[in-house]
Amino acid sequence: MNRRSTTRLVTFAAAAGLALASLTACSAGGDDNAADGEVTLTWWHNATSGPMPAVWEEVASEFEAAHPGVKVEQTGYQNEDLQRTLIPNALASGDAPDLFQVWPGGELRDQVANGYLKPLDDSIADTIASVGATVNPWQVDGKTYGIPFTFGIEGFWYNKDQFKEAGISAPPTTLDELIADNAKLREAGFTPIAVGAGDKWPAAHWWYQFALHSCSPETLQTAEKDFDFSDPCFVEAGQQLKDFIGTNPFQEGFLGTPAQQGAGSSAGLVANGQAAMELMGHWNAGVIGGLTPDQQVPAFLGWFPFPGIEGSAGDPTAALGGGDGFGCSADAPKECDELLAYIMSDEVQAKFAASGSGIPTVPSAVDSLEDPNLKAVAEGLANASFVQLWLDTAYGTTVGNAMNEGIVNLFAGTGTPEDIVKKMTDAAATL
Amino acid sequence: MILPVILAAVYSFYNLPAAFKWENLADPERFVGFDNYIRAFQTPEFIKAIGNNFIILVLSLVIQGPIAIGVALLLNRPMRGRAVIRLLIFVPYVLAEVIAGLSWKLLLQPTGGVNALLEAIGLGALKQNWLADPNIALWTLFAILTWKYVGFAIILMLAGLQGVPEELAEAAQIDGATWWQTQRYITIPLLAPTIRIWAFLSMIGALQLFDMVWVTVAPTVRQMSTETMATYMVQQGQFAGQPGYGSAIAVILFFISLVVALLYQRFALRRDLQGAITRGVR
Repeated sequence: MNRRSTTRLVTFAAAAGLALASLTACSAGGDDNAADGEVTLTWWHNATSGPMPAVWEEVASEFEAAHPGVKVEQTGYQNEDLQRTLIPNALASGDAPDLFQVWPGGELRDQVANGYLKPLDDSIADTIASVGATVNPWQVDGKTYGIPFTFGIEGFWYNKDQFKEAGISAPPTTLDELIADNAKLREAGFTPIAVGAGDKWPAAHWWYQFALHSCSPETLQTAEKDFDFSDPCFVEAGQQLKDFIGTNPFQEGFLGTPAQQGAGSSAGLVANGQAAMELMGHWNAGVIGGLTPDQQVPAFLGWFPFPGIEGSAGDPTAALGGGDGFGCSADAPKECDELLAYIMSDEVQAKFAASGSGIPTVPSAVDSLEDPNLKAVAEGLANASFVQLWLDTAYGTTVGNAMNEGIVNLFAGTGTPEDIVKKMTDAAATL
Repeated sequence: MILPVILAAVYSFYNLPAAFKWENLADPERFVGFDNYIRAFQTPEFIKAIGNNFIILVLSLVIQGPIAIGVALLLNRPMRGRAVIRLLIFVPYVLAEVIAGLSWKLLLQPTGGVNALLEAIGLGALKQNWLADPNIALWTLFAILTWKYVGFAIILMLAGLQGVPEELAEAAQIDGATWWQTQRYITIPLLAPTIRIWAFLSMIGALQLFDMVWVTVAPTVRQMSTETMATYMVQQGQFAGQPGYGSAIAVILFFISLVVALLYQRFALRRDLQGAITRGVR
């Protein structure tokens, strides 16, 4: 060994020592319960803009005031980063936050199977009962691992002024009417529908809607449980979507359009009058409001549910939806359950509803909704005969991702309706 | 330094869930042997991603190389404003990749600055969905990469030119050689070691390409036309919740880079690096 490599070895050892030291420092600092009996709760949510960060901050300090010795550290992260990167990594590293956002369906099942989540039935049964059947997607084998604080359905956010100018008197109630209205909008010089296909999932939601309206509720429930996609209605959904894309309903260059960021996004196109409609979830009024020059939800904005499809097995009043829930990590202190119960209390839910950020899940709070569009969505939710969870959420990350890839191929004109189902079946086989 | 490589190799033999736990590695049902590798090479998207990496590699060599050499030769002559030009050429390389990518993304969107400029100078017919049209997105991406990295190549070449003795060029000129002949027969051959090192860096960069693609191209268009091995790896490993499969992609990417690097060292860099890296090779 010559002198140079000795130096290198020493440097390496020093670097490794430093790295180790900082790791230890990290884990020491991350410990929850300090020796003097004080409890620190860490809470991760997805509120980064609009009125919500302030609401959660208030909730945290109110809870601290009512529970001496408890400290709540709440942090908001961008939704996709939170769900796809931060939470999975935190769970895998064994240093999970106490209270964090939990997506229902497949992801929840994965986390439960790994023992990451705490069952809540014994500690806060009343809170669970208060939201009724909405909690079902957060349950596995009869146990509840999360409670949704907001739940809503998807529909069309549209520009009432442009509809009027194009001579459309009422929102479409069937697919044929929708296609006819698109033609009228084009004639009047408007882009009928904006879709943020660049982000994949907004494009995929179109296929979900066609599947929802082509497949019977029983077929959808079996598919969610057994990953059985053999029913021809799934291929039919792809064919219907292909035909629909063939009528040229979307804006130019939709393959590269993002969904919710910037004036050039699909929400931005609707916000600034460059497209007449967008198919999107219950949160969209807030997103559109944030993309207008004056940061207000525009007065022209209206909402209607996805129309039924004539002659198909699907339920015309079925709706596609989802929500955000909170759950406690497996080794969280009991104060975590209490905080969750407080978040779900009537007063916090009413405050949430009044902020106009979404639809609360506790029925008494729904009356506190002030935003007319959110009221319309809440009404749509109440009228829906059957609510299917977003399919990618319901099927879990692996199948959901393969499904979205297949749908995007169809949008780009390089895939077939059969490919989508094949991708889903293949992905399910790797589980 | 070696630990992540070993871990990736271990993971790649398992079918791991999105919510990973160490216990998963002890579960015999999760051990799938070479299935992840077989799957990778049977997936058209991944084959296409490898192809994209090599398209960018070849384009970099045949387009960026000559541009860099040409500009360096021109800038090596005394002229007014040389320092300013050198600085301007180097600016894109200094800029953070993510910042540069986001700027280009904004400039190249359908309603962005590039299309507005084309319209303004009467070339409205040339307007494109630069990064949204899968047919041209790869070319747009390559143009951005060239803008970003050609400055580095030029600076490298200029440094190499400092080592070329001026006496040789002067002697050639006295013998009646033109400027071009001097460059062709004296300067460029003497610059060859620099060119070979640059080509090596460029090839490795092309194979590992990630940031610029990830930042500028929307996921859908990326899937259609600009996926690289690295973006496919992150997409599958992180966002599609398949760490095992993603690890297999990482191992494949590692081996392809290693093979290219070794072959290049063995055949092109042999003389340049004699005794430095390839000690055994004579």
